[in-house]
Amino acid sequence: MDPTALLLSRLQFAFTISFHIIFPAFTIGLAAWLTVLEAMHQYSGKSVHRTLFEFWLKIFGVAFGMGVVSGVVMAFQFGTNWSVLSRMSGPIQGPLLAYETFTAFMLEAGFFGILIFGRPRVPPWFYLFSTAMVALGTTLSAFWIMINNSWMQVPTGYVMQNGQFVPDDWAQIIFNHVVWVRFPHMLLASYLTGAFCVAATGAWYLLRRIYRAEAHVMLRMGLALAAVLLPVQLLIGHLVGDYVHDYQPAKFAAIEARWHDEQPASEVLIAIPDSSTEANRYAISIPVLGSVIGSMSLTSKEVGLTSFAPQDRPPVAIPFFAFRIMVGCGFVMLGLAWFGTYLGLKHRLNRSRLLLWGIFLSFPLPWIAILTGWYTAEVGRQPWTIYGVLRTADAVTPFLTASAAMTSLILFVAVYAFIFSFGTYYIYRLLRAGPAGLGGKPLHVPVPNRPMSLADQMPAARSYLEVGE
Amino acid sequence: MVMYWVALLAISILIYLLLDGFDLGVGMLFGLADGETKRDAMLRTIAPVWDGNETWLVVTGVIMWGSFPVVYAMVMSAFYIPVVVMLLGLILRGVAFEFRGKALRSRWVWDVSFVAGSFAASFMQGAMVGALVEGLQVSNGDYTGGTFGWLTAFSALCGIGLCFGYALLGACWLVRKSEGPVRDDARRRIPPLAIGVLVFLVVVFAYALAEHLPILQRWTDRPYLLVFPAIGAGAAAILAKSILDHDDYWPFHMVALIFVAAFATLALSFWPYMIPFVVTIDEAAAPHASLAFMFWGAGLFVFPLMLLYVAVGYRVFRGKTVSATDRY
Repeated sequence: MDPTALLLSRLQFAFTISFHIIFPAFTIGLAAWLTVLEAMHQYSGKSVHRTLFEFWLKIFGVAFGMGVVSGVVMAFQFGTNWSVLSRMSGPIQGPLLAYETFTAFMLEAGFFGILIFGRPRVPPWFYLFSTAMVALGTTLSAFWIMINNSWMQVPTGYVMQNGQFVPDDWAQIIFNHVVWVRFPHMLLASYLTGAFCVAATGAWYLLRRIYRAEAHVMLRMGLALAAVLLPVQLLIGHLVGDYVHDYQPAKFAAIEARWHDEQPASEVLIAIPDSSTEANRYAISIPVLGSVIGSMSLTSKEVGLTSFAPQDRPPVAIPFFAFRIMVGCGFVMLGLAWFGTYLGLKHRLNRSRLLLWGIFLSFPLPWIAILTGWYTAEVGRQPWTIYGVLRTADAVTPFLTASAAMTSLILFVAVYAFIFSFGTYYIYRLLRAGPAGLGGKPLHVPVPNRPMSLADQMPAARSYLEVGE
Repeated sequence: MVMYWVALLAISILIYLLLDGFDLGVGMLFGLADGETKRDAMLRTIAPVWDGNETWLVVTGVIMWGSFPVVYAMVMSAFYIPVVVMLLGLILRGVAFEFRGKALRSRWVWDVSFVAGSFAASFMQGAMVGALVEGLQVSNGDYTGGTFGWLTAFSALCGIGLCFGYALLGACWLVRKSEGPVRDDARRRIPPLAIGVLVFLVVVFAYALAEHLPILQRWTDRPYLLVFPAIGAGAAAILAKSILDHDDYWPFHMVALIFVAAFATLALSFWPYMIPFVVTIDEAAAPHASLAFMFWGAGLFVFPLMLLYVAVGYRVFRGKTVSATDRY
């Protein structure tokens, strides 16, 4: 094993997954919102919902495309850079990812074409069904991925045979409670991302005094959803912390920058952790609060990092700061959502330009929270790839050379930077133009069989019915 | 159980070859098209389905990982460079679908990345198959061929051959799905592409004879394998006739049949190995608990559903596509 190749492989995995997660985080929430809009339009017939649907569908299309292509990479990268991991854990991780692809990836891919191009070719209920299937697909995808990642965090339900992790209890792997706090945490994070992006766009239009009707719907729906979900998210986040406390004490100590065992433990609010002296500099801490947060007790003993052998400790600075950034983003979003909803109910949102600016500028917060939360979880898991069982250093492809890993990393960074800058620019332009951009040449021209006519629509409707049955 | 997953893996690879084959092929032919109208019409024939097509590559990858983790780990890590380049190619061509319509002055960037990405992905897929046919260098269960062990004259030849094959499939798809100048262009390109594929097959066969590739012994051991080349030859004859008759429907199906025949030949020549002469199917298979878990959900119920999505998708977008300008 080449240590440089190991480091480069870790950087590459971190880079490609960070890039990838940006898009599903957005599209999971957006797909659900599109389903709601389409259902509301079909139920109430209000044109504002249809306008918003068509508008957000274009943005969804760009983000979804980038999510798909960067997701394909993930399915292969385990094998290219982590061949020992994929050979050993293949019997467990392989089937989980197979379920993801079979139930989720294929579902969204199959109905995505209909969502983008198919409206003139299918009856309304089938179009709504297709939208819902895309939303279900994105959600199921997150579900299987979180099972997979949770198993790497807290491996369970397996026995070791011939150097492989052989599953002996799938129910334990899928239904353990670590999954059932981490999956909702991720799902809510995605819904909050969608909600804040929609609300921020609405705020932007109000600030520019354009698209008032659409902007009000976006602001109201986005903020109300965020106002309800954020407290739930904070509670579930606390439960996620509980699992870390119970199953991954070294990670918990790193997040808390707790170097030595303490009883009762204090809570470090902010500090600069220094691993060379095994202490914090410039620490501001509150006595006893650490025990309350860790164990809901005033007297409990909390474990410090020095209770673990140096080679078993995770890095401290990244989990420590990343966690605090995530929580900070959460509280800022909570304040904006509650205050904004309150003003919205009082019909004073229009006049409060400062708050509108705040909401507009808040759109990166959910992404920052997701990325920093992910770094807390993944960097905190180090030095293990499968917690407590397989070290990251032992999981890498043994014959991978530094030059090959360097080449691929540079290529990934170059290509991703290229498509990311164009992709975000196109999304920015769509958002800036707003729903009226639809008035001109449609960007997704439907693909009819023959010149569009009612006669043409009827057999199309009947024929897919036959297939559907 | 093992046989079920071998069969599903084979079916998935075949579906991937046929489906993404034609849209990668259209991607390569896209570079030859002159004028925005033609390019737009070409893209329109594949835009609603490419995403689903490409997903079969992921299906193949995860079936391999879940059912045959040893093979997945060895093949992916041995083919580090080709897999990475293939993925980057697929990324560049994939985003081009969405970005092209949104771009104004930069449209040419996505045209270039669409064509180049399609070529890179096709070439690398062919080269990997070629390298597998030639045989991987393995000792004690570890790949020892080095970073560029996959790159030989033979594997490069296979890469070029697959580019021709996909382009042929793409041309037939265009003939089937489009009308007017796009169809006429595509039809004119079928004969040279078909000849290219034929020349490639002859050269590969000659090379295999000259180098005494061990896989060739399969043919003397198993003469029934010759059934498949015979089917391929029959399909080629019908292809030639349908081109002369200016038929739109049959060329695609005949080239697809040639692909099926070629794939069957190759797959049965590998049997019972997954990586020829290194890892057999039984050695590679995941434990029963893994295979059974996948079988009772994904394999038995979801796989047929996936085929249904494909059927629904192609049903909704069946028939000739008409360009936007012709509609009014």
